Amino acid sequence: MTTAAASPAGAAAPAVPEALTCRDVRVTFRETEALRGVDLHLAAGEWLGLIGPNGAGKSTLLRAITGLIDHHGTVALACGRRPSGVDVALVPQIPILPEGMTVAEYALLGRSPHLGWLAVESRRDRCIVASVLERLGLQSFAARPVSHLSGGETQRVVLARALVQQAPILLLDEPTSALDLGHRDAVLELIDELRRSDGISVIAAMHDLGTAARFADRLALIDRGRIVAEGAPRSVLAPARLSAIYATPLSVHTVDGEIVVLPAPRSRQENLP
Amino acid sequence: MASPRIPGSRRRTDTRPATHEGGARPPDDPERPRATGADEATLRAFRLPPLAAVGALVALAAVSLLSATTGAAGLAFGDVLATLVDRLPLVDMDPTLSAGQEGILFQIRLPRLVLGMLVGGSLAMAGAAYQGVFRNPLADPYLLGVSAGAGFGAVLAFGFGLDLGRGPFDAVAAAAFLGALVAVAASATIARGAWHSPATLLLAGVAMAALFSAAQTYALGQLSETRTREVLSWLFGRLNTSGWREVGILGPYVLVCGAVLLLHRRHLDVLRVGDDEARSLGLNPGRSRLVVIVAASLLTAAAVSVSGLIAFVGLVVPHVVRLLVSHSYRVIVPLSALGGAAFLALVDTGARTLTAPAELPVGVITAFVGAPFFALVLWRGARRVAA
Repeated sequence: MTTAAASPAGAAAPAVPEALTCRDVRVTFRETEALRGVDLHLAAGEWLGLIGPNGAGKSTLLRAITGLIDHHGTVALACGRRPSGVDVALVPQIPILPEGMTVAEYALLGRSPHLGWLAVESRRDRCIVASVLERLGLQSFAARPVSHLSGGETQRVVLARALVQQAPILLLDEPTSALDLGHRDAVLELIDELRRSDGISVIAAMHDLGTAARFADRLALIDRGRIVAEGAPRSVLAPARLSAIYATPLSVHTVDGEIVVLPAPRSRQENLP
Repeated sequence: MASPRIPGSRRRTDTRPATHEGGARPPDDPERPRATGADEATLRAFRLPPLAAVGALVALAAVSLLSATTGAAGLAFGDVLATLVDRLPLVDMDPTLSAGQEGILFQIRLPRLVLGMLVGGSLAMAGAAYQGVFRNPLADPYLLGVSAGAGFGAVLAFGFGLDLGRGPFDAVAAAAFLGALVAVAASATIARGAWHSPATLLLAGVAMAALFSAAQTYALGQLSETRTREVLSWLFGRLNTSGWREVGILGPYVLVCGAVLLLHRRHLDVLRVGDDEARSLGLNPGRSRLVVIVAASLLTAAAVSVSGLIAFVGLVVPHVVRLLVSHSYRVIVPLSALGGAAFLALVDTGARTLTAPAELPVGVITAFVGAPFFALVLWRGARRVAA
């Protein structure tokens, strides 16, 4: 395993249209700098995985892109515009599920960016909701309260709201941290399928490095508010770099063609520098 | 799932007919909004439950007739109905009421009935709006010191002997109105534009309410006994009318602020997912909150200025709608307006007939009727959730 070489995705980038560009994005909370100059490019139809330890700035970057927090630097779409709710749909890490709100009503909130200040949803908006729910296999849940769903169902419902936004860029903040292995893969496969069929671009902040590598075309490793490595999963996931950033000895393996990141066996820990 | 596709995708090329097993449907074709059976189920989930809407309207109509025909001067049901229908354009009936009876109906009963409906609807709608804006089910017009401010203003006006009610505008009502607005403005100023944080504004409101209540109590102590009694009777809430004057004062506020609140009920639903997510959904939570609070406060202040402090309507009615019909503010706001109107009209009918010829303060009855009913609904709701 070598350190990151020139990224293959970067080499191919000129052929693919850009979906989103971040240039020198800086976010400061009081005294602390959460993001210290992030440059990021997202190609149309690409899945970009954001990885990094807790507090590195993954969520902050997603929130800055969505426009939820003030930032310096530029976040721009291909046309040069700042993204709004019509362009990016954020799936929050811990969604708030209002007591008593039904799945259909919750998904309908996703039409909000398309509506004017005083506009009310039309039949067309409701039809979009209906077809997204059907698409995600949620039609029988339409009248169920969102606060009474299982983890996997909740995740699909939140995803449904994001898809109802019909935004070409989907931002996922730890989309599967609350799910078991099977549901996690089912949700991620679903997102991947939507991405391929609709040309949606995805930026997903993910904890599990192996899963991130499996689904992402490209990984960006964030540490203390900076992108420290970017490129193809295999080049970013270098054991020495990961061990340094996560402050724990890690080893990278390939099992059945997939990348697996494991903590180094305990007996070998004292041998590491 | 066959042929995975997102609605609105520009890649859609096939024009296969709708099938139930696949997603092959043009779902966002504005020309042909059509739906499969599954879609119908989803669409049904959006509709304002028609039964509830019809029920509220029927209740409102029934209460109106009851109120119009109940009272010291016994007006017969059929006569009242005939007279009212006769007043409709293009309809000619033989009015069977005497001129005096007609005067009672049109100058005493109906103004009071309409005022009760306007006040009830206003308070209930404002309560629903406050609950949505603060994401707090306990919020009601008493929050933000609206009522306390109005009370203080009224007491001051009485204290200065301005209760004579000459001219087109009642000085007490004006003072109550001003007091309510001062209280709301003070709450907002203390919160220093922290419209994004419901808790700050809520606490500022509580502080203002305490301050104005204390000032009101102090001012009340300075008044003479007769005046104190008058002020107290106003504070307890009453729906005294002199012809259509009060309706004329309150009506424009109800129309304007009611329309604003109705147009913002979608915002109240979006606000429920939290300010962050609301912002990611393209809403400006601070601005929505500001507009809704201003409209609800104006509405409350106008209602309080003509009717005094009528407790409980703004808190109970939205909750009943929520427990019986829907948690969505799209439903809660309009149904609360109807429900509040019917509730207060009914209660006021009781207030002026139960102890006739004396009159009970309507605010006392709202609490007497509302509290046990609210408890019952809560209890049933809790059991349904538990089951």
